[in-house]
Amino acid sequence: MSAPFYEFGLIGDNAGLMVALVLGVGFGFFLERGGLGNALKLSAQFYLTDLTVLKVMFSAIVTAMLGLFWLSKIGLVDLSRVYLLPTFVLPQLLGGAVFGLGFVMGGLCPGTSCVSASSGRIDGLALLGGMLFGILVFNEAFPLFSGFYYSTDIGQVTIPQVLGVSYGVMVFVVVLAALASFHLAERLEMRARRSAGSAV
Amino acid sequence: MTESSLANAAGMIVGEGERATTSVSTRAKPYMNPYMSGVGIGLVLLLAFVIMGRGLGASGALSSVVATGMQAAAPGHAAGNLPYAAYLGDGTQSPLKDWLVFEIIGVTLGGLLSAVIARRFRWSIDRGQRTTDRTRLKYAFVGGAIMGVGAKFARGCTSGQALTGGALLSVGSWLFIIAAFAAGYAAAPLFRKQWT
Repeated sequence: MSAPFYEFGLIGDNAGLMVALVLGVGFGFFLERGGLGNALKLSAQFYLTDLTVLKVMFSAIVTAMLGLFWLSKIGLVDLSRVYLLPTFVLPQLLGGAVFGLGFVMGGLCPGTSCVSASSGRIDGLALLGGMLFGILVFNEAFPLFSGFYYSTDIGQVTIPQVLGVSYGVMVFVVVLAALASFHLAERLEMRARRSAGSAV
Repeated sequence: MTESSLANAAGMIVGEGERATTSVSTRAKPYMNPYMSGVGIGLVLLLAFVIMGRGLGASGALSSVVATGMQAAAPGHAAGNLPYAAYLGDGTQSPLKDWLVFEIIGVTLGGLLSAVIARRFRWSIDRGQRTTDRTRLKYAFVGGAIMGVGAKFARGCTSGQALTGGALLSVGSWLFIIAAFAAGYAAAPLFRKQWT
């Protein structure tokens, strides 16, 4: 079998759009299930009282990473046909920092704001409106910083390539880091529960 | 995985009406274990890699919406400026006929589905007790605008960069994750009153 199916022409563009819709439903469903439509739960990540964001994100990353690693190992998925976003070092560092500031201020991110809005939250809707406005501002001001936007382009690179270690070793390291962060998250939450209990 | 949960979900919706009349309790159900929810999202992401050779996203769909709006309002301006033109395609079909746009419509429907099943759908505003609804909505809008700008520079958000690029071990995606959370923690004291 050859995967990605779309890349090998096994499914067409219109079928691909239906796949997008169905996978989107799954994504939104599990986001809401985990409580990630709730801005109070997301923002608590930054005050170390509820680390659901870290737990959901890191277990999702590890699941998809391990799945893709083994599927490519046994020859089912051609990894070179899975699209990797190119890296622009400085724009992505700055963009990440600006994003993080907006994240703690707004309490939701783009995907979770859709879930927040569709579960009836007006703040999710306000955040979505803000994002459309921010993108409009960026687009209009683009000529001012287009040089910076395209700077420090190092292409489509992965961490194992840069560090000169094998894909498998890097996957293993990320799994260990995830397990360590889960352990830390549980301890932090226990501490937060205890101090909330003693305050009452 | 996704299809079976959808089938379960559909079954539960059908049963919802009957249960509401026979059961006294209409309280919202507790959230799912976060690790299980993460594994669910990870499997959806893995399916996207296997079926399409690409991952999930969110901010890209919003860029398509903004570009479509500008094309309607000022077609010449949209066609002549790269940040819009990049999302407008060759003009043979609507720019909204796009993978990420369909995916984000799905995300919205999936969130609604899950909230309805768990009796969590409420018209509400999530905020800390020390702030007002009005202030919360203002902060949400401004925070969203800042995030929109950040996501454009970073070429993606928590979905397209952190989840998708994170799972692919992309260098830029992990830089994005580190920068976003470092800035979030650094700025958190400024917004404590919003949340706690």
